[in-house]
Amino acid sequence: MHMILNSPWIIPALPLLSFIIVGLFIRPLSPKIAAVVATLSVGCSFLLSLTLAWLFFTGPNPSQLSIPWSFEWLRFQPGLNIQMGFLLDPISAMMLVVVTSVSFLVHLYSMGYMHDDPGYGRFFTYLNLFTFSMLGLVISPNIFQMYVFWELVGVSSFLLIGFYYEKPSAVAASKKAFIVTRFADLGFLVGILLLGFLGYQVQQKLGSSDSLIAGLQSLDFQFLTHPTVLSELSNTGFLAIALVLIYIGAAGKSAMFPLHIWLPDAMEGPTPVSALIHAATMVVAGVYLVARMFPAFSTAPSALEVVSWIGLFTSAFAAIIACTQDDIKRVLAFSTLSQLGYMMFSLGVANLEHPLGYTASMFHLFTHAFFKALLFLGAGAVIHAVHTNDVWDMGGLRKKMPITHATFLIAVLAIAGVWPLAGFFSKDEILTAALEGGHYVHFIGGLAVAGLTAFYMARIYFLTFWGKGRTKATDHAHEAPFVMLLPLLILSVLSISAGWIPFAQYIHPLVQSAQEHSGHHGLNWTVVLSGSSMAAIGLLMSWFLYAQNDFNRVNNWISNFQGLYQVIKKKFYFDEIYLFITHKIIFRLIAGPIAWFDRHAVDGSVNLTGDAVQKSSSIITLIQTGQLQTYGVWFVLGTAVTLIFFWMTLL
Amino acid sequence: MLISWVLVSLLLFSLGIYGVLTRRSAVGLLISVELMLNAAALNLVVFNRFLFASRMDGQILTIFVIALAAAEVLIGMAILVMLFRRKKSVDVTQLSQLKH
Amino acid sequence: MGILSLLIFIPFFTAMGVVFAPSPKSVRWVSLIGTGIHLILTFFVTIEYFNLASADSQLAIQQLSTKLYMVEKFDWFKSFGIQYYLGVDGISMSMVVLTSIIIFTGVLASWNVENRSKEFFALLLVLVTGVFGVFLSFDLFLFFMFYEVAVLPMYLLIGIWGTGPKEYSAMKLTLMLMVGSALLLVGILALFHASGLHTFDLIQLANVKFPKDFQNWVFPTIFIGFGILGALYPFHTWSPDGHASAPTAVSMLHAGVLMKLGGYGALRIAVYLLPEGAKEWGLFFMGLTTINILYGSLGAIKQKDLKYFTAYSSVSHCGMVLFGVATLNLMGFKGAVLQMFSHGIMTGLFFGLIGMVYGRTHTRIIPEMGGLVKVMPWLGVAFYIGGLASLGLPSLSGFVAESQIFMGGFFGNQWHSVTAMRVLTVLSTMSIVVTAVYVLRGLGTVFLGPIQDKHHEELTDATFTEKLTTGILIFTMFVVGIYPRVLVDMIEPAIYPILNRLNM
Repeated sequence: MHMILNSPWIIPALPLLSFIIVGLFIRPLSPKIAAVVATLSVGCSFLLSLTLAWLFFTGPNPSQLSIPWSFEWLRFQPGLNIQMGFLLDPISAMMLVVVTSVSFLVHLYSMGYMHDDPGYGRFFTYLNLFTFSMLGLVISPNIFQMYVFWELVGVSSFLLIGFYYEKPSAVAASKKAFIVTRFADLGFLVGILLLGFLGYQVQQKLGSSDSLIAGLQSLDFQFLTHPTVLSELSNTGFLAIALVLIYIGAAGKSAMFPLHIWLPDAMEGPTPVSALIHAATMVVAGVYLVARMFPAFSTAPSALEVVSWIGLFTSAFAAIIACTQDDIKRVLAFSTLSQLGYMMFSLGVANLEHPLGYTASMFHLFTHAFFKALLFLGAGAVIHAVHTNDVWDMGGLRKKMPITHATFLIAVLAIAGVWPLAGFFSKDEILTAALEGGHYVHFIGGLAVAGLTAFYMARIYFLTFWGKGRTKATDHAHEAPFVMLLPLLILSVLSISAGWIPFAQYIHPLVQSAQEHSGHHGLNWTVVLSGSSMAAIGLLMSWFLYAQNDFNRVNNWISNFQGLYQVIKKKFYFDEIYLFITHKIIFRLIAGPIAWFDRHAVDGSVNLTGDAVQKSSSIITLIQTGQLQTYGVWFVLGTAVTLIFFWMTLL
Repeated sequence: MLISWVLVSLLLFSLGIYGVLTRRSAVGLLISVELMLNAAALNLVVFNRFLFASRMDGQILTIFVIALAAAEVLIGMAILVMLFRRKKSVDVTQLSQLKH
Repeated sequence: MGILSLLIFIPFFTAMGVVFAPSPKSVRWVSLIGTGIHLILTFFVTIEYFNLASADSQLAIQQLSTKLYMVEKFDWFKSFGIQYYLGVDGISMSMVVLTSIIIFTGVLASWNVENRSKEFFALLLVLVTGVFGVFLSFDLFLFFMFYEVAVLPMYLLIGIWGTGPKEYSAMKLTLMLMVGSALLLVGILALFHASGLHTFDLIQLANVKFPKDFQNWVFPTIFIGFGILGALYPFHTWSPDGHASAPTAVSMLHAGVLMKLGGYGALRIAVYLLPEGAKEWGLFFMGLTTINILYGSLGAIKQKDLKYFTAYSSVSHCGMVLFGVATLNLMGFKGAVLQMFSHGIMTGLFFGLIGMVYGRTHTRIIPEMGGLVKVMPWLGVAFYIGGLASLGLPSLSGFVAESQIFMGGFFGNQWHSVTAMRVLTVLSTMSIVVTAVYVLRGLGTVFLGPIQDKHHEELTDATFTEKLTTGILIFTMFVVGIYPRVLVDMIEPAIYPILNRLNM
């Protein structure tokens, strides 16, 4: 049992090993076996993570941070070396469980969902790669390793979004996702450079006096979240800038406004991928990064302000857009954006003295992973049955797909925040944190988003499952195979029960000064009542508008606000703005002229030099007549001149 | 007496140069070159006779020059024959392939 | 004959063997065996190097003059102070490994050269002899001699076996590189005379403290001399044309290895011998190379021809090498050498792949292709791996190098305004986004989406030799990317003497 505590690297190593073996050797031979091996490897690492988390949380020091395994990977300079390793603390243990469990279920589900796809084996290879990268990210003991795996999850996401590589829209979406997150990673990278530099100076300064600090490298999380180091860092005045830069990276991955544009398009990937990467795991990496650096953010309140306001804005912005979208997966994507915003602003309203928001954020991350994965997988089952993404082409699937319907309903209620499902507790805790921290704008904003969430989730639920089938495709719909239903059932159990875990007892920011935190927060009845009533209003509104067979009420509403509705439906034209900036400005006004300048000005001057030499030499070559006797004359004249010259000098 | 011999050789040499620079026929060129060579040979002999009468170096060198001239004419004439076969002429003004 | 002489002259002997090979078919086998032996020998020399050097690696931190191993030294032209002086340190070792890999794969990639194959392989091998000579000689005269041997065959290789406007490109390339050589020669002779030691011995010259105003003009002369070969802006324009016209193996060698001579020389000769000049000019060259980095990558966005595309990307990446050299600190230097290695392998792969794709589609124009990954999955995946390496994906070699360079640039040094260096570094980091843009756009167009041209549907995937070629290069990139200490441990001890001389 303790083997796993001593060599926890097995957890990420299993998917990696499977990726290599399956990718190189098994996949070309048999996609079927490839899928089984890939799934089993992730299943094993799920069991191991579960064991590890169990041992950790029930162990003697469940709130201690430890690095059970590491090795030197890269040397920058002494004091700034990169130790790859495995960091074990409450949130990494939690994330290990979330990642491996959702990944395992998605693997399982994909065995049914991707069944007829020609890229069956390739799909599982990519999933393995993703799982490995995500696990590596979660366990990073330093920010540099996090960046390394951050990029690797980015590239696996790129591969999976563009999985249907013959479809131009999928290719475009994958490029967009990669480039937008890459742009954000630029901020992350510069943040690391700045933090590395500042940290290095602090390390040199403190290293001689403090033996604990002397043993750490400047990019280790342990170092960067150490209170003494942090007070030194904030004295430099650059800490907030560095953190904001790092936050840009986090915002890119977690698709915060205005870097959100890639996530809705990422839905071009296969649905299990959307469930795994773009709902449950990779997109929360940004939240996880901010949580990892939380003591630092807490020391720089201005950076935390940025986190909280952008989070709140994204949350509301995405929720509004989600109400108008027709593609079921896009609605879920915007809902993911909105929920990520929730987690972010929850982190933003917390600080080290009042860490409730931090706990709540992690709690919401945890519960959201399950019900959002469930929603996506449910949507996948529906799409699998009716072969369309448009909710207006569905309807009446309640009777044809009873199990999918039931699990989807559970997920909708969970995300809407209905007691006693998981979403209720985590959302409640976030709102409590906002209210008790005195962030009333966030509280009210959060309530409004909760209402909107209930509304748009119920909207797609009613449009999909209630009423009559609106197209032929719905007539032939049938329930998904068992291998797809099993993950749905497991996830719905988790969506119901995850909220009852006494989360605050285990997960709160680790502070070296070992101050005790109050274990349990009682329910704040103001929050419970207002939150639940908002959810109820949202659900009822939706029922009123969409649960009927005719949609006159909706259409009347929409026609009253035609202009506004169109703006929202076009996602406030952000895609167009970005397209304009990249194509018109960067490509046409910068790259084009540079290419021209290089050909004509820089290379032109080289050619000009060449031409000038050629021209002058062609003048000189006129002397060369080809007539032997002309040369002879020159020769004789030259000799004569030389002789005369010598003669004169001799005289 | 030396000076008159040298004048003869100078005359020969100048005739040679004049020939080389003006003759259009390649054979004429060769003959002119021979004149120049002979002028040089004459010089060698004369200087040997008048300045170092006890030594033979000049005479030996002159024999070398004569041998060399014979070889040169041989090769030169061979080239000329080849040229004539190709061009049907030995006019040197027409031979300008080496021009840039 | 010592082991290092053997490393230099095995390619030369192979070239002799090629000349006397009985048939055109046997030519390539002779070349392959020769370079294969060389690769194996390089492997053993590397191990031997680690054996010798591991004992001193801690000492190196204090050392002022480079510690050489496996030295071969005797007088050549005593009256001119010219020696036959070979040795190897960490930087040379890594470059020798790079070259050995590239020439082996380069021979494999030229498997199908039919036209005058004997001359082709002989020239290729002579060229490589020069390259090995440059990396291993520690006498400036010998260095320069080998340098010329490496540069000149390029003219014939491009002029005869090239495509497109090959004479023009070959002429331009050779002339521009000759200008570089001329500057270099001036610099080397100036060093020889100013030292007063009557020697070309690099290690001895490194102990001389040249007067400051002498350094101030010799440093830029030598740096630009090497910079032309290293595609320093604005002397880089030979590179796109030259690469576009050159045959596959020549592009591989040229971008992969020859351009590295520039960075190598800039570090080994310009900075090492002329530290005061480097302090004076460092920021200026950092600025120029920043232009290189951004300008190359932005220029690449608009290219339509795959070779131009890669050539501009090379301009950007080679800019990073010189950028690292110009930072004048440990991480910058280390990053520069790593980047030389990484870029060498990466462009080698790129040009090799372009050759293979071109051999099938008979076009290099990006918009004329599309969806090729369906018919040639191996080549497509290999291309993508190369692309990801070039945009600095961790786990591939490019990332290790770039992170060192950026970190070095950001940390700055004590002689230049740190703020200015940081601004330049941040500007350079932007290239990682631009690189992502052009790599994904370019490769996406060529390989993804539906198949554009009906004729492309019947094309075949890589043959065994092609798989071997690309496989070796990809494997190397992964090794360095996943366990960078193989190179870092090799390079680092050799960096310290250069650094210590700067700090003196």
